[in-house]
Amino acid sequence: MSSLPIFDVAGSALSAQSVRLNTIASNLANADTVGRTPDGAYKPIEPTFESAPLRGQEGMSGVKVLRVDPLDKPAIKRYEPGHPMADAEGYIYAPDVDPVAQMVNLISASRGYQANVEVLNSARELALATLTIGR
Amino acid sequence: MAGPFDNPFGLSALSLPLREQRLKVLSSNLANADTPGYQAQEFDFQRALKGAEDHQRRVTAGPSRGPLGMGGGGAAEAMGLADGPDFRRYVTTRQALQPSLDGNTVNTETENAAFGPPVREAHPAHAVVRAPARGPMPPSTAQEGRPLRIPRARPDDRDHGPVREPP
Repeated sequence: MSSLPIFDVAGSALSAQSVRLNTIASNLANADTVGRTPDGAYKPIEPTFESAPLRGQEGMSGVKVLRVDPLDKPAIKRYEPGHPMADAEGYIYAPDVDPVAQMVNLISASRGYQANVEVLNSARELALATLTIGR
Repeated sequence: MAGPFDNPFGLSALSLPLREQRLKVLSSNLANADTPGYQAQEFDFQRALKGAEDHQRRVTAGPSRGPLGMGGGGAAEAMGLADGPDFRRYVTTRQALQPSLDGNTVNTETENAAFGPPVREAHPAHAVVRAPARGPMPPSTAQEGRPLRIPRARPDDRDHGPVREPP
């Protein structure tokens, strides 16, 4: 009998959620990065989660990041002839980062992270209580 | 023969591993709260406790009794410990309250709310298990006919000290 698989499960969720936080940070940081071509513009990215059954622990599953994909959103073409990155016709290409959607995602990711930290704390507390049974 | 010390820990000892299994299931749900298509799981505590009780009764009544009524399989066996394939019987898939776009049926609020009671209840259960484990009380503190006081788990009561009688 051990509470340790709970630490594995919650830990996997913490790392998955922090990957998600990283992608949001990357998207928001590059919201104003422009490119000379449509392909040269920054592409917003988003992770996909997948549940990862724990070996030797029936019914328990952690979570892992299956992959991090660029979102299928074409760059926004903007006419700014004076811009240093403008192409021959005076256009620049900005990534289609939706700051509102990113902030919503950020809140969801940090709540998920916090919930799993609470799980870790509860499991730790119970494991300590179990250790003191013989006292 | 059933004696007073056959099962000194009572239901609490049975319930602790089950509470842990329930926490494991809930922690899996919370970890997968954002996984597309994940089906939330639930641990049927009542049925599991009953199964563990029945199992314990079978083991203690069986012919291969070892010392302390724990049977040949040891304490874990006697407690009907739900680890391993046996415990999967009590895990069910939870019905989603509202459908979600990605097919995930985890409701974070439900999981969070469900996480509280097992943690809170585990503290008194630990206390009940701890009391007989400490051995009989010295005569000065033993009081006839008084029920065991189970301290309530308070947020500030984290040191899990010994069970104390009220003054």
